[in-house]
Amino acid sequence: MEHPDVIFAIGTNMTECHPVAATRLKKAITRGAKMIVVDPRETRLAKMAHLHLRIRVGSDVALLLAMANVISREGLLDDSFIKERTSGSSDFIKHVEEFTPDWAANICEIDAKLIEEAAIIYGKGDPAAIYYTLGITEHICGVDNVQSLCNLALMTGNLGVTGGGINPMRGQNNIQGAGDCGAVPSNFPGFQPCSDPDFAEKFSKAYGRSIDPQKGITKVAALNQSGQEGPDGIHAMLIDGENTVVTDPDKKHCEKALGSLQHLVVIDLFMTETAQLADIVFPATGFAETDGVQTNTERRVQRLRAAVPPPGEAKPDWWIISEISKRMGNKQFEHFHSAKDVFNELCSLSPIYNGLDWDRIENSEYQWPVPEKDHPGTPRLHEKEFKNGKGLFTIIGYRDPAEVIDEDYPVWLTTGRRLQAYHSRTQTGRSAGIDYLLNEETLEVNPKDAIEWQLKDGDFVEMSSRRGSITIKVRVTDKSPQGTVFTSFSFASVPVNILTGSGYDPVTDTAELKVCPVRIELVN
Amino acid sequence: MISPKEVPPNSRVLTMSIDDEPVDFRDGETIYDIANRCRREVPSLCYDPRLEPFGACRLCVVDVEGIKNPVASCTTKATDGMVVRTKTKTIEKYRKTLLEMVASENRNLDINQLSGYSSQELSELLDQYSTDNKRFIGKTSGKSNKDDKNPFILRDYDNCISCYRCVRVCAEQEGDHAINIINRGFQTQISTEFGNDLRDSECTFCGQCVQTCPTGALSDKKALRAKESPGEIKKTRSVCPYCGVGCAVDILTKETKVVGIQPAMDGPANEGALCIKGQYAFDFVSHPDRLKKPMIRQDDGSFRESEWEEALQLAANGFQEVADDYGRHSVYGIASGRAPHEAAYTMQKFIRSNFGTNYIDNCSRS
Ligand code: SF4
Ligand code: SF4
Ligand code: FES
Repeated sequence: MEHPDVIFAIGTNMTECHPVAATRLKKAITRGAKMIVVDPRETRLAKMAHLHLRIRVGSDVALLLAMANVISREGLLDDSFIKERTSGSSDFIKHVEEFTPDWAANICEIDAKLIEEAAIIYGKGDPAAIYYTLGITEHICGVDNVQSLCNLALMTGNLGVTGGGINPMRGQNNIQGAGDCGAVPSNFPGFQPCSDPDFAEKFSKAYGRSIDPQKGITKVAALNQSGQEGPDGIHAMLIDGENTVVTDPDKKHCEKALGSLQHLVVIDLFMTETAQLADIVFPATGFAETDGVQTNTERRVQRLRAAVPPPGEAKPDWWIISEISKRMGNKQFEHFHSAKDVFNELCSLSPIYNGLDWDRIENSEYQWPVPEKDHPGTPRLHEKEFKNGKGLFTIIGYRDPAEVIDEDYPVWLTTGRRLQAYHSRTQTGRSAGIDYLLNEETLEVNPKDAIEWQLKDGDFVEMSSRRGSITIKVRVTDKSPQGTVFTSFSFASVPVNILTGSGYDPVTDTAELKVCPVRIELVN
Repeated sequence: MISPKEVPPNSRVLTMSIDDEPVDFRDGETIYDIANRCRREVPSLCYDPRLEPFGACRLCVVDVEGIKNPVASCTTKATDGMVVRTKTKTIEKYRKTLLEMVASENRNLDINQLSGYSSQELSELLDQYSTDNKRFIGKTSGKSNKDDKNPFILRDYDNCISCYRCVRVCAEQEGDHAINIINRGFQTQISTEFGNDLRDSECTFCGQCVQTCPTGALSDKKALRAKESPGEIKKTRSVCPYCGVGCAVDILTKETKVVGIQPAMDGPANEGALCIKGQYAFDFVSHPDRLKKPMIRQDDGSFRESEWEEALQLAANGFQEVADDYGRHSVYGIASGRAPHEAAYTMQKFIRSNFGTNYIDNCSRS
């Protein structure tokens, strides 16, 4: 991370969400790297950038298309990389011809010159690294955004090189691990596709019952189908450690969905808003109480260790789930006596973990894939060739967000995280001292907007979208650009997710959490 | 991903002698680094391997043949054929005197281990040289800033020895420039811009200044709450429970209670760095709100505590009934992005092996 020559950070408020990663970028900058930050807000990261593009929320694809246009026009393509390692380049290069910086400037509401400059800096970077987070994926066009970034990296030969690549910064400690373990509707553990009959066969054998050779539905679809009559209805859920109600878009919808289930079982540390809706709640062990494994953003497989006993009768999640299964007559969980047994089974069924086992990860030195016992691990993906053969260019067009501002809802709301808070604050909110720094949520409003809307610091406003409204305190700051306001979803007392949730990415069902048109009125 | 000590990769291999032993090294390495690698214990105070060498305390001096005065090894690059001695009588005496002068500024040498990762460095050196702070009776430096109400960092300048490690870690590693040293000599103070509280400065409360302080002048106020609690301090290596960076930490416990967190200096993803969440937001685990028993909803909507067997059986029956009534595609599982692999793995196995579907997801979509 300290090796890139150019850093392109988009949709990532890294200084607040991933401070330690940001620290490493700071070091790279000290060492002479140039940084471009794309963010509507003037974040700390943006302040450190050589170039800050304050684009309109939700217009990333337009910017990235125009950058591709400039890179190609300026002859900054990596021809040999494109020839040997990619396919679909000529169609793509033709496609971007019409998307000039002038075209994008209108949509992104920034100067075309800045777009040119950013493209040239990125295109000349040797190597250039891309960093992104939820600011990129939490849109109806989340997949388009990521693929647009991929196109940029492919055309400039920035994949599989030290200090280059596309680096997603994961928000949750083990979100990577949840995917590795197959807790997704499309893949078995180790990213073995469910729709491939060979893998369905493999797991049917391993688990002693036949498993559908098709993908399952996403969580968003499952919530939509909750309580529904007919063959698609979902009537029971097991939810592990997730305050679904507070962190999901469109809170009311979510509450209703969970409320309509015949059977809801929640495993968590606290009686969260979601747990309140359950029929049965099981107490889980947490940080410092659990032996286990966790994978970070860089695919590093690390050991967690219990240091203290859990409170009361709390138990590890794997134990609780296994015990429920056993009581359903399932013999597949009987050999799980410790976290080690569970992890070793995962390793035996997942090619990317085949070379690992509980004892081998003692010192957390491996990054997957680790296919065999004596394999040293894989610090860089795609070094020689892409997992699926060649790197594919994708043809992408720009789409407006699901809802755009209009007379009734004339202001853009965008949401994010705060440094001191984490998600729904079930954890940080319960840690002594954190409230000294962050004890309430505020709405960040640009000073010029504040004058125009006749608001001052500390005023309370009612903020409404097509789905509902909330009351929130105003903080005037030039962090927010004119016409866009910002807040986080960390406080249950300010349930921003009542407002958001206007649409979903058609491919991943990721919610449009980042962009939502709102109206703001002073409360007396 | 970060190589701990960046020795210029293509530089030539040269040879020198340390305490009469020949040693290979790469052009660009400092005498201190080489000596360290050869397990020569050269004392240091202003040195932190993660920071640029600073050369302020001069405790790391060594004897270099052909040079009259002792040489600070942390800032001096080794040269081919150099002859170095790390522990001559003169050098040891020089170091002891330096130590005594440094220590004389400090009122308190008995620093609780909970103060921070490096907090024992000065007192350990004094022990090693069998001395204390009595030889030079000087005024103590600075004044404690007890008024800063922040709950995380204690600023006790009486113990400051002006090694600048805090200021340097903040500037070099955090890039925050939240603190600086003002005044000189006995008036030395670590201060924020305009002397304000840390909360009103650029400080992000990452705790790095606390963890690098070798004297306890900056210390971990939150951990020190457990100063009087009974029991030995135990350290357990684990990983921060918050974001995907995956910083390695040492969990500090006393008996059955987590009392503090220290960064793992050799953590592969963080190399000693942490942020406010990993450093200070650890005590949610011992919050009284934690669930301690299984809970079952009653007919009136309220919950009652239950024994495990009853709750497990009820949970199992419920899933079975729904599957029987509505088919196996009516049960869904949502795994956590925060619980360990074992949780996510058993969750997906629960769905796949009980119902034969792929009706499982995690919370990355929200
Ligand atoms: S806590 Fe971090 S940001 Fe604050 S003064 Fe110390 S090193 Fe700087
Ligand atoms: S200490 Fe901060 S940066 Fe490191 S893993 Fe924890 S939350 Fe992430
Ligand atoms: S450690 Fe070398 S001068 Fe302080």
